[in-house]
Amino acid sequence: MVLADPALVGVLGLRMGDNALILGQRLSEWCGHAPVLEEDIATANIALDLIGQASNWLKLAGEVEGGGRSADDLAFLRDAREFTNVLLVEQPDPDFAHTLMRQYLFDSWHAEMLDRLVDSTEARIAEVAAKSAKEAAYHRRRSADLIVRLGDGSEESHARMQAALDALYPFAGELDQPDDCDKALAAAAIAPDLGELAGEVASARTIVFGRAGLSVPTDVPVRSGGKSGLHSEALGYLLAEMQILQRSHPGAKW
Amino acid sequence: MYAQEVKTPSSRLRSRSDMCEQECAFQDKLDAGTKIEPKDWMPDAYRKTLVRQISQHAHSEIVGQLPEGNWITRAPTLERKAILLAKVQDEAGHGLYLYCAAETLGVSRDDMTADLLSGRAKYSSIFNYPTLTWADVGAIGWLVDGAAIMNQVPLQRCSYGPYARAMVRVCKEESFHQRQGFDIMRVLANGTEAQRAMAQDALDRWWWPSLMMFGPPDDASVHSAQSMAWGIKQDSNDELRQKFVDQTVPQSDFLGLKIPDPDLIWNDDEQHYDFGAIDWHEFYDVIAGNGPCNAERLGARCNAWSEGAWYREGLKAHSDKQRLDRKAA
Repeated sequence: MVLADPALVGVLGLRMGDNALILGQRLSEWCGHAPVLEEDIATANIALDLIGQASNWLKLAGEVEGGGRSADDLAFLRDAREFTNVLLVEQPDPDFAHTLMRQYLFDSWHAEMLDRLVDSTEARIAEVAAKSAKEAAYHRRRSADLIVRLGDGSEESHARMQAALDALYPFAGELDQPDDCDKALAAAAIAPDLGELAGEVASARTIVFGRAGLSVPTDVPVRSGGKSGLHSEALGYLLAEMQILQRSHPGAKW
Repeated sequence: MYAQEVKTPSSRLRSRSDMCEQECAFQDKLDAGTKIEPKDWMPDAYRKTLVRQISQHAHSEIVGQLPEGNWITRAPTLERKAILLAKVQDEAGHGLYLYCAAETLGVSRDDMTADLLSGRAKYSSIFNYPTLTWADVGAIGWLVDGAAIMNQVPLQRCSYGPYARAMVRVCKEESFHQRQGFDIMRVLANGTEAQRAMAQDALDRWWWPSLMMFGPPDDASVHSAQSMAWGIKQDSNDELRQKFVDQTVPQSDFLGLKIPDPDLIWNDDEQHYDFGAIDWHEFYDVIAGNGPCNAERLGARCNAWSEGAWYREGLKAHSDKQRLDRKAA
């Protein structure tokens, strides 16, 4: 079934919003626990950007839906099966190397995606993308820099970054795989062609991983399902924590 | 306060007759209100006291990320989450420039961190209490940041230039945090019955520890006189505590919450609130490491530091390689 343009706009808003929200939530778990004070500050700052972006996207998704749901309703009152973020952003953090690698794999796609969405034929999408694009470009610059420095750092930092890349790379492919909605969005020039975007993202990643001395896994199966609400078990716990107050005090104002 | 019980090397106030010529000239400068800058001569004891105070203050900001950070992932709306993230980020930023201010006195951030992690250096007792509900985030902003501002506004006039200047920025941000905390309390106090109960419970638990933030009573505060003569401290602990009580009681009334002190009463003669006795046994117990969260707070910082060693060493290894490459080129 091909959705009409307005509904497609809602799907895109929800996907972009869920990605930003879940990644922001994951990052905020580091608050006060990062390896160095500067990372406490930077990680909180990026989480803050992402939560702000999530608000804008989810607000748009709620408006398009027309059922009166606010960004908070969408963030705090949906179940895991209704979330449409990619699996990558919900992956937990066994160490800070995984946090940085997840960030770079996402940023390298996200910044490029937003750059294209700025030219969307749908004005509301272009407007939200324009607000986020600069932040995402900065996030990418920062995470790429850290991938290079830690990949090409000590023996241990190299090993940890390689282990994180091996573990997370299978999840990166979901960003590049268009489903029917993505195809329809591209056909209506609301969003870019994801396959085409993937080529550019891959070239940029090859340069960064090359400078970092990291080997990109080959022939790994793509782990996907998030866009259609089939998540990893980790998401349920993340949402249980995030939604606790809204769920236990229905209708309360905060 | 964020720096409580800062020990000066001697508990006795030095008189002019104790001082050498250089020290007299230094005291003249202080008395004339001239700021001391990093390259100026200063008595060793003045330097040591400042390092203790500024590093304690910085450590408090760093450890202070933890109790509030505990609620970032559970903040009830996207806006509250963003505000709390920004606030905790500010606190870490305060820690950063306070460490920088202390570094101008010839001590490194790594040394100060080592002192914190080994338990040699202290941080404010207040951060050893748990944040059990969302209302605690509001109470911390309202009461803890409120008490911090009370102490830090006069520190903007501290005799040591870098510390005084750091305080100007810190105070601006803290007063913003206090308003945000009060706003959380206001919404809860006007919310559902469960929310009002949550707000009252938070006030019940945070009130006394907030009063303890100002440090021991003046008659037990043996180091204060020297710190005041040096212009490091401007007001006595009890003066600031009284000011805080007088400011906060009407705010609590406005919220419709009850301060947990049966002896609290307006004193018309003194034009201030009289309040009940503080349990100093609890204060000294928390300072000694036996508060409800001392082990968790310090444990979390130690864990962050040791788990992050590979990251710091990795970055250093990379920059060493870059340097060698540049040399070879």
